Amino acid sequence: MTASDTNCQSGRVQDLASAFATALGLVATADPAVMRILLLSLRVSLTALALAALVGLPLGALLAVARFPGRQAVLVALNALMGLPPVVAGLLIYLLLSRAGPLGPLGLLFTPTAMVIAQAVLIAPILAALSRQVLEGLWEEYAEQLRSFGAGPWRAVPTLLWDGRFALMTVLLAGFGRAAAEVGAVMIVGGNIEGFTRVMTTAIALETSKGDLPLALALGLLLMAIVLAVNALAQGLREAAAERAG
Amino acid sequence: MRATESLPRKGLRHVMADLFRPGGARILARTPDPSPIHGRSRIGAGTGGILPLRVEGLCYRAGAVEVLREVGFTLEKGGPSLIIGPNGAGKSVLLRLLHRLLRPSAGQILWGTPEAARRQAMLFQRPVLLRRSVLANAAYPLRLAGLGRAEAMARARAELAQVGLDGLADRPARRLSGGEQQRLALARAAALQPEVLFLDEPCASLDPAATRAVEEIVQALAARGTKIVMTTHDLGQARRLAAEVLFLHRGRLLEQTPAARFFAGPESAEARAFLRGELLW
Repeated sequence: MTASDTNCQSGRVQDLASAFATALGLVATADPAVMRILLLSLRVSLTALALAALVGLPLGALLAVARFPGRQAVLVALNALMGLPPVVAGLLIYLLLSRAGPLGPLGLLFTPTAMVIAQAVLIAPILAALSRQVLEGLWEEYAEQLRSFGAGPWRAVPTLLWDGRFALMTVLLAGFGRAAAEVGAVMIVGGNIEGFTRVMTTAIALETSKGDLPLALALGLLLMAIVLAVNALAQGLREAAAERAG
Repeated sequence: MRATESLPRKGLRHVMADLFRPGGARILARTPDPSPIHGRSRIGAGTGGILPLRVEGLCYRAGAVEVLREVGFTLEKGGPSLIIGPNGAGKSVLLRLLHRLLRPSAGQILWGTPEAARRQAMLFQRPVLLRRSVLANAAYPLRLAGLGRAEAMARARAELAQVGLDGLADRPARRLSGGEQQRLALARAAALQPEVLFLDEPCASLDPAATRAVEEIVQALAARGTKIVMTTHDLGQARRLAAEVLFLHRGRLLEQTPAARFFAGPESAEARAFLRGELLW
């Protein structure tokens, strides 16, 4: 990485302060390589979040309202999938997308698209399991009234998703945090190709292994600042909307 | 049996025979029609039809507990029917059975038409309000029933005006006071123009002024032709509202009597004790 040459001299810097200085320098100079990595990180993780939400939230809502044989087993499996190791998720997607794999002809391996898929697979179970938990309480409160209105479980799903929107915001943030923080999945299916599939976490891993700890730490601080900003933004939106909707 | 026919009184054997005719089984509470409502037919569908409601041999068991035992009665069109009785008599369970929120262990609930489920509404002791504006709450069941957005909003506004909440239409529903919340729930139920409105102790957690406001709305709905079927443990309220009284005690229906006669002197010893305040459960 070019940034390592300009922002950090040889050897190790034990001081956290120098990492801060490096981070500030990266931001202040708007280092194009770093900005590119940062933007790709955001793009990949937010797209993965959107995809996972599209599947995970309705699934969670449906599991909150539906009663069927084997439901408990499904919930246990879903909760267990929250602990799915990113490298395993990455490996599964790798096998699917590799040349010999069933989706090999699409040529998606080592592209940002593959990274989006891997992260979406990683966090969809988290979104489903957490939203199930959140919406089940709401359903307990609403169930009789909605049934009285003639709304079956299918019709209840959009109602719960809308009425639980503020609690679900936190669920989405948990999913985003997980996606933005993971390194194993994007490393395996993205390949950490400079200028193409390198994201913050893989860059940090690379700089660490190269021994450029201040730069690695600076990138880490930058990543945390971005996640903090996203959370603050979401919180602000939630407060403003909750004020209006009660 | 055709949908529009009202049910004549007939014995159990005839009712069973009806079950085996096409469409006959749908009038049984045991086989509720689970399909959600489509189209606009639900709203203001016809002026009559679902009454009289005939209940025969209704039993409800929760585990080993017999909550209701062999309850039978007929509800005709007309003034409010108040279901009263001490705590644990089975009043709320009876309403939920009639409204198909629970399935009976045995017995039959026979409405005049198979569409009965769509022409009734229920109000709960604690109003269940959506996390939306007052107006959106009132419009929600109308949208669910297939009304267009503009029409639903207009109808909802009109109903809110009826209960004096039109000034609060854009406020978050769950920030309303308890009395306002119950009035909103009433407006929301009334917007569906149900033929029968079930109310389960709607004033149990309200102060006297809010109680009076709810009673006035209930009386206005009754005057509009809505059949009111309501439980209460408040004898004063029962006196003010009831056209007839159904007295439940320990899961049995002990009497169904015109209100004037009931409060002058009930037939059963239990009801007499209840009126004297001596029957607590």
